[in-house]
Amino acid sequence: MQKNILIIGATSAIAKATLRMYAEQNHNLFLVARNEALLHTIAEDAKIRGAHQVEYQACDLADLHSHPSLLETITATYPKLDIVLIAHGTLPNQQACQASVETTLQEININALSTISLLTLLANQFEKQQDGTIAVITSVAGDRGRQSNYVYGAAKGMVSTFLQGLRNRLNDSNVQVLDIKPGFVDTPMTADFKKGALWAQPEQIAKSILKAIDNQRNTLYTPWFWWGIMLIIRTIPECIFKKLKL
Amino acid sequence: MKLSGWGRYPIIQTENAYPNQPGLVSSLVSVATDQPKTTTQIARGLGRSYGDSSLAEKSINLSKLDHFIEFDEQSGQLTCSAGVSFAEILRFFVPKGWFLPVTPGTQFVTVGGAIASDVHGKNHHIDGAFCEHVNALELCLASGEVVECSKIHHPHLFRATCGGMGLTGIILQATFTLKRIETAFIQETTYKTANLAETLAKFEEHDAATYSVAWIDCLATGANLGRSLLMLGEHASEEEVKSHPSATETLQAGKTSKLNMPFDLPAFTLNSFSVKAFNALYYGKARQAQSQRLVHYAPFFYPLDSIQNWNRMYGKNGFAQYQFVIPKSAGLVGLTEILTEIANSKRGSFLAVLKVFGQGNDNYLSFPEEGYTLALDFKMDSTLFEFLNKLDAIVLHYGGKLYLTKDARMSEQMFKQSYPQWQEFQKIRHQYGAHQAFNSLQSTRLGL
Ligand SMILES: Cc1cc2nc3c(=O)[nH]c(=O)nc-3n(C[C@H](O)[C@H](O)[C@H](O)COP(=O)(O)OP(=O)(O)OC[C@H]3O[C@@H](n4cnc5c(N)ncnc54)[C@H](O)[C@@H]3O)c2cc1C
Repeated sequence: MQKNILIIGATSAIAKATLRMYAEQNHNLFLVARNEALLHTIAEDAKIRGAHQVEYQACDLADLHSHPSLLETITATYPKLDIVLIAHGTLPNQQACQASVETTLQEININALSTISLLTLLANQFEKQQDGTIAVITSVAGDRGRQSNYVYGAAKGMVSTFLQGLRNRLNDSNVQVLDIKPGFVDTPMTADFKKGALWAQPEQIAKSILKAIDNQRNTLYTPWFWWGIMLIIRTIPECIFKKLKL
Repeated sequence: MKLSGWGRYPIIQTENAYPNQPGLVSSLVSVATDQPKTTTQIARGLGRSYGDSSLAEKSINLSKLDHFIEFDEQSGQLTCSAGVSFAEILRFFVPKGWFLPVTPGTQFVTVGGAIASDVHGKNHHIDGAFCEHVNALELCLASGEVVECSKIHHPHLFRATCGGMGLTGIILQATFTLKRIETAFIQETTYKTANLAETLAKFEEHDAATYSVAWIDCLATGANLGRSLLMLGEHASEEEVKSHPSATETLQAGKTSKLNMPFDLPAFTLNSFSVKAFNALYYGKARQAQSQRLVHYAPFFYPLDSIQNWNRMYGKNGFAQYQFVIPKSAGLVGLTEILTEIANSKRGSFLAVLKVFGQGNDNYLSFPEEGYTLALDFKMDSTLFEFLNKLDAIVLHYGGKLYLTKDARMSEQMFKQSYPQWQEFQKIRHQYGAHQAFNSLQSTRLGL
C-alpha cells in the first residue's frame, strides 16, 4: 500500500538516505528543507528511484511563523499522513555559543523550538486521524550534557523529553512516536572529523529507522551499540562526571 | 585529516570538503582561484586510485554529490551526479535489466573517478574505455563556471577531461548509456594455459568473447613462465539461467560483503613463499584445461570487493600497483622480459592480471591502447622503486606506458616520453586556467 510520507529536513544526509529507501518502495513523498535547488535534485532522484509521487516545499524552518501555512500546503497535497520524519538541525560550534547568547538561542531555536513547533501542529493532526508514525531524529548527545557540546545536547534533550510526553499522550490514539538517537554519522556536517570505528554511514542509520518504524519502536539508538555506551554515560555519578573531559 | 590512495602510499595531511550540491563545488573552487595559489586542490571520489592522483592539500570529495538526475527507460541513457558509485548504479539498475557499459575490477568507484581515469574493463577489446560511452558531462572550471562538454561542445576540453585525472576541473555530472542484460549472471569459461605463448594465443583465438582476462602466475619461471588462467565471460540469457538450479532470481543485484580486513597484516605474512604458495594454489584451482560455470556478475567482475579493506593485507607501509601497456608488436618478447625480471626479483604479486586492449581513443591522457596490459601489486619496501625504475626502462623500450590512476612514483621524464600528447593536454589546462586551480601530488611530480 502506498503511504504518504512527510520528510522535514529532507536534504540532511540521514533523511536523504531514508527517503531513498521509501522511494524505492514506491511511496508518496513530501519533502521540506531550506535549500530549494538541492530539494529539487533530491526530488528528481526520488522519482527515478520509484517514488509514486514527490512534492516539495522550500522553507526556512527557523521561522516558526511559517509552520502553520507549511502544514496547510502539505495537507492540501496529502490530507492524511502516514509517516512524518523530522530530521533537520545544525551542529553548533560550542565555543561560538559560549561567546554569544544570540548564537546559543539561535541554535536552540533551530534544534529544539522549531521541532517542537512542528510537533505541536502535527500531533493534533495525528491524534485526529488515530494512526500513523511521528519519528524525530534527536541525538545521543541529548542523553547527558557535556562540556564539548551541551548547547546541542540540551536542545536535543528537550526534544526527547517532549517526545516522551507526546508518546504518552498519543498512546491511546494508536500513533507511534519514535525518538531516533544516532551516534556519530559520516555526513557532510561531520566531513572533516576523524572517523573511527564508532562512525556509521547514513544508509546504515536509514535502514535501522525503517525497521524501527515497522516494529513500532519507541526509542532507537543507532547503531545499536550506542544503547550500551549511553547506558554507561548516563549512570556515571555526577560528582565524577563533572570532572571528565568529555 | 590523513589521506592516501588505495595503495596507502603516500599518506598526506589534507583538508577535506564534501560538497553535496553543484553550487557548493563552484563556490569552493572559485574562492581558491581568487587568491594567488597557496594550496593545491584536487577532486576525489572513493579513493580507489592507488597512488597520489587524488591527493592534494585540499581534497574536494564528490562522494556526497550522488543523485540520479534522469533516466531514459527506452535507451538506457542515465544522467547522474559525479559522486554516484558504480555499486549504487548496479544495485539499482541490475534488477531493472541494465548493466554498466564498462566496469573496472571494483564497483567502489565514482562516475567522476571513472571518467577522470577513463577506466577500462574486461571488454576493452570490444567496447573500448568507459568515456567512449559518455555522451556528455558537466565540468566546473577553475573560475567556478560550469560548462557542458561532449564530442560537440568544447570537444578539446572533453578529450582532456576524459582520462585527465581531475586536472581540468571538477566533473559534476555525466550522461552515459547503460547496456541491456537479461540476467545478472555470467557464463564463464576458464582455460588453463601452460605458458605465455599459449596464453596469448588463447586470447587471440577468443577475441570475439565479450569479456576476457588472464590471471598469471607471476612467480612461475622457465618453461612455465606466463602460465595462466584465462577467463572469458558472456552475459547469460534467461534461458541459460532458468535451467540452472542455484540461480533463483535472474536479475538480483550483488550483496555487499561483510568480510573485512580489520587491521594491517604484519609484514612477515607476506613474503615470497606465501605469495608463491598462493599463486600455485590458485593456478591449481582449475583442474581441467577448460571448465565452465555460471556465476553471478559480482564475483566475476569484482572478486576483490568481497573483502573490504583488502589493501591492508600489504601491511602498514602500503603497496604499489604497477600497470603498463605495451604494443601488440612487442607482445611475447616484451612480456617475457618483464615477467622474467619479476620472477627473478622474487617479488611476488598476489595478483598479476593480463588483458588485451583493443584500439585506444583520442583522449589526451587516456591509458588504453592496442596491446597487452599487465597489472601487478608489489608490497612497499625500500628497494621497490629502484626495481620499478628498472621495469620502467623495459616498458619504455618497447614503446609502452604506465597507467596514471595506479601510479605513485614514475618520473616526469618517463611520463612525458610515454604520453606524447601531454603538451596538448597542458595547453588546454592553461586555456581554462586549470593549471592554477587543480593540482595533485601526481601532477606536480609529473611536471604538469
Ligand atoms: C581493486 C581495484 C581494481 C581496479 N580495476 C581496474 C580496472 O580493471 N580497470 C581500470 O581502469 N581501473 C581499475 N581500478 C582503478 C579505478 O577504477 C580508478 O582508480 C578509478 O578512477 C577510481 O575511482 P574513484 O572514484 O575511487 O576515484 P579517486 O581514486 O578518488 O580519484 C581518481 C582520479 O579521479 C579524479 N576524480 C575523481 N572524481 C572526480 C571528479 N568528480 N571530477 C574530476 N576528477 C575526479 C581524481 O582527482 C583522481 O585523479 C581498480 C582499482 C581497484 C582498487
